[in-house]
Amino acid sequence: MRPRRPKLRDELVTLAHGAGGKSTRALVEGLFLEELHNPLLAPLSDSALLDLDGSRLAFTTDSYVVKPIFFPGGDIGDLAVNGTVNDLAVSGARPLALSAGFVIEEGLAVADLRRVAASMARAAAAAGVPVATGDTKVVERGKADGVYVTTAGIGLVAPGVELGPERVAAGDRVLVSGTIGDHGTAVMVARGELELEVDLESDTAPVHELALALLALGGAVRWMRDPTRGGLATALNELAQAADVAVSLDEGALPLRPAVIGTCEILGIDPLYVASEGRLVAVVAGDAADQALAILRSHPLGADAAIVGTVRADPQGLVLLETSLGGSRVVDMLVGDPLPRIC
Amino acid sequence: MKYVDEFRSGELAKALVHELDGLVEPGRALKVMEVCGGHTHAIYKHGLEDLVPPEIDFVHGPGCPVCVIPMGRVDDAISLAERPEVIFATFGDMMRVPGGRGSLLEAKARGADVRMVYSPLDALELARRNPEREVIFFAIGFETTAPATAVTLLRARADGVRNFSAFCNHVTIGPPLKAILDSPGLQLDAFIAPGHVSTVVGTRPYDFIVRDYGKPVVVTAFEPIDILHATVMLVRQLREGRCEVENQYTRVVRRDGNPRALAALDETMELRDTFEWRGLGWIEASALRLRPEFAAWDAEARFELPGTRIEDPKACQCGEVLIGAIKPWECKVFGTACTPERPIGTCMVSSEGACAAYYNYGRLDTRRDRVPA
Repeated sequence: MRPRRPKLRDELVTLAHGAGGKSTRALVEGLFLEELHNPLLAPLSDSALLDLDGSRLAFTTDSYVVKPIFFPGGDIGDLAVNGTVNDLAVSGARPLALSAGFVIEEGLAVADLRRVAASMARAAAAAGVPVATGDTKVVERGKADGVYVTTAGIGLVAPGVELGPERVAAGDRVLVSGTIGDHGTAVMVARGELELEVDLESDTAPVHELALALLALGGAVRWMRDPTRGGLATALNELAQAADVAVSLDEGALPLRPAVIGTCEILGIDPLYVASEGRLVAVVAGDAADQALAILRSHPLGADAAIVGTVRADPQGLVLLETSLGGSRVVDMLVGDPLPRIC
Repeated sequence: MKYVDEFRSGELAKALVHELDGLVEPGRALKVMEVCGGHTHAIYKHGLEDLVPPEIDFVHGPGCPVCVIPMGRVDDAISLAERPEVIFATFGDMMRVPGGRGSLLEAKARGADVRMVYSPLDALELARRNPEREVIFFAIGFETTAPATAVTLLRARADGVRNFSAFCNHVTIGPPLKAILDSPGLQLDAFIAPGHVSTVVGTRPYDFIVRDYGKPVVVTAFEPIDILHATVMLVRQLREGRCEVENQYTRVVRRDGNPRALAALDETMELRDTFEWRGLGWIEASALRLRPEFAAWDAEARFELPGTRIEDPKACQCGEVLIGAIKPWECKVFGTACTPERPIGTCMVSSEGACAAYYNYGRLDTRRDRVPA
């Protein structure tokens, strides 16, 4: 059964439309894709691929509204750089340049803004990519939450790199480059509304080196994604539906920090849906999985990498979880829970 | 995770399943109702239905506090939330519950100041920080959450916080169980009784189930091993011809419950004559309201409410799901007109609702009628 394109039936935009799950998909596909429809946008992948006289340019953009703007392990500045670098990286591209747009709230401390800009500079230098152009706007107090940042990026896809859901087939394996849900959990705790004391940092980091290292495996690498908003579950559901395959996850193999498990348990949240900002999820040919794992683990950012699942032919379009107890369940798309702004 | 891992052990699960295999009579179906939505959630989250012998059929009961709130009460909540002076504080689960005119999430999008809180004490804190506003807490839940509301009310009174009130929708666990047991054609063999609520009320409120209806009861905790263990205890009672209230959750639940929590409840709240339950209709003496001494903190006493009663949507079979007469996926609108993102019935809203649990975590064989989003 092939999913129909979701319809946007709501009269008003609610926070559920921003949560990364089904409502977000309805907003993107039922409104933006409908109005802006064109062949570059239609695949709704992390980056659009533009053909320029035989060179392939990856082009992507993302907005950041995280609250608070400073959190353990990062801030809105490095998050905005890493997020866009990662969208390029998982498209198989080497990042070339970024843009940054700032919507700043009247009253924001200049020292805070400088701290954000300095953090962007450090992240950009670490990723070896300049912030080449930008824009600033200031709005009245109360009209934005400190600062919102939008970054866009371009990157070059090397000849021969072919990634996409259509290349994924039964027997392929699913890998993640590290623990999942660290960023989302760290930010939720940092908001201070839960009065939880948890020792946990965001995982925000650029994954382009990991991605490029994996691409050395050539055609054995089928598809990559950074599991941000909506987490691993959402990324894999989108894959299962786009590729008409099933993805079977092994609960016992999922790399999860105890602090993430504990916090999510208390909040009643499934870490499979919680964002990471410095991880990549890759699908590789079954016989290349061990090699891919070794490549990821040889990099400091991939030390906790794991093979977490297998692609199957059936049931098409679904993600399943084999539980540690020996049962199984469906891992559906997130239904718009009003989770706080985490990216 | 410390203290939880041992209750999720695959080895223990195997041993319990093996024990169950030896206890069930092949071919004789046993319908076991887990009353609490937390159990429903755990059964699906851990895939327990795949593990137990096919003779054992888990029937999902009415113990999801979100699912039992009728549409009229949601509309009352929305009308409170839409008052310009009000900050309306609610548990996140209630945000998407549909009333006759939309949900709190939609009211928030239209401009109502609706805040998600994790505890009524957070709502009281909101009131302290916003002295110029009226903070109303949407109090829902069984005796599990009611003591937290009670303690918050006591603190509001002690500290003289006057801009805080509770919209009380607390319900009690005994009466809906009796309503289910009295429903015609019911075929239940045994009950997995809720754990959290029993930490407050103890195990005595279930005595009538064994005494008057002859059905075994095991008060049960929420980890998968607990649920398997309770199932073994129930099947053993049936095999041995016993009928008792047993306590599996001995690490927390006492026979007489939590006297301090019960005292706080008794000080602040009293039984209503009757209350409307989603899917179950009006049940006498099944819900709590604030005592007159707390009228100053009672949203129902302080604010005008529309109080309109709205019948459950005709297409919705939440009532039959709640008494275990049908499985969620046997409902006419399950997965088609009624989905977690656009629920018709409340069972589809909360992660503890039987329908949402099936929809989100369901096994493949229950998904055959499902239309993809």
